Amino acid sequence: MTTQVKSQPKKFSAVVVILGVVAMILLAAFPLIIVKNSEFGGSDGAGVEAIKSINPDYDETWIGNIWEPPGGETESMLFALQAIAGGFLIGYFFGYKRGQKKANIDPDDNSTTL
Amino acid sequence: MSFIKRIRWGWLLAAAMLLSVRVAWAYPIAAPPKMHIMEGFLPLGWAVFWWVVALPFWVLGFIQVRKLIGERPELRLLLGLAGGFVFVLSALKIPSVTGSSSHPTGTGLGTILFGPFVVAILGTIALVFQAVLLAHGGISTLGANSMSMAISGPLVAYGLWLLLKGKIPTWLSVFLIAFVADLSTYIMTTTQLALAFPDPMGGFMASWLKFAGIFAVTQIPLAISEGILTVLIFNALQTNATIELKQLGLQEV
Repeated sequence: MTTQVKSQPKKFSAVVVILGVVAMILLAAFPLIIVKNSEFGGSDGAGVEAIKSINPDYDETWIGNIWEPPGGETESMLFALQAIAGGFLIGYFFGYKRGQKKANIDPDDNSTTL
Repeated sequence: MSFIKRIRWGWLLAAAMLLSVRVAWAYPIAAPPKMHIMEGFLPLGWAVFWWVVALPFWVLGFIQVRKLIGERPELRLLLGLAGGFVFVLSALKIPSVTGSSSHPTGTGLGTILFGPFVVAILGTIALVFQAVLLAHGGISTLGANSMSMAISGPLVAYGLWLLLKGKIPTWLSVFLIAFVADLSTYIMTTTQLALAFPDPMGGFMASWLKFAGIFAVTQIPLAISEGILTVLIFNALQTNATIELKQLGLQEV
């Protein structure tokens, strides 16, 4: 349809995508390998310690959370829920676009690949 | 000549990186303060201050989201995707070399697609979810946390986007935008903490450098990861969601 497309963006090749994914995995795994004896917690308590090391007079937080997950299990469930919600929205969009593309395929065209 | 200069710069960079790792490890606190400032953590005055600062951005963002949905309802799904991206990424707590975990922000993608004010709303929704259900961040600190993750990060990134768009390869500009949105979030959090808790000896700057030193080590690898992921998903959008991106004027950037 469009005649003067400047530079139609090209789809990344599988190699590029795989390289990107591997790089992300390595970046996340690297600390796990080199740092021993850590649970990678980064708990909220540590934040208070950080402030106390600067200002020993700092007392405590003046208000608590409205509600707190009773434990790690519930917390991780809720984090998973958050990720599911986001993943669903992303997957829905790409699925929708894929279906749209498929519906626009010329009926004479028998190829099933998209 | 230029080659030798380059080597010198390389050494300087390596030394600076080593130094920052040492600085981070020199402090007894293994875990840096999280990106979301916890409930009740900021003194009341600062908590109110950041709420007031964030408020106009929320209003502007709300108006823009309403306008977007009203005028171009076909972009709702893409808006959902941008929000979903923030949701997924801010749920992923990734280990760092400081022995703690932190998470990316996911705001770079939405910033490119819809601009910083719409992202202010998307980011704040994620923050409210985490504050209310996960005790991660808080309502009193929602203003401050929104300011860093949902407002200042996207604003800085958007400025950069306008500057770079079309001048360098798309993948590079998208990478830089996501990288910068992520990092400037933490720079803002650092500033907020240093303002509220200045070092009794060195004042604001000493406090700032202390937090920033820790954050930099934790956050730079994360920001790189986020950059890569955003590049991949933006490419998928450019090749799959041609119509939407054309409407947003992003097909040929």
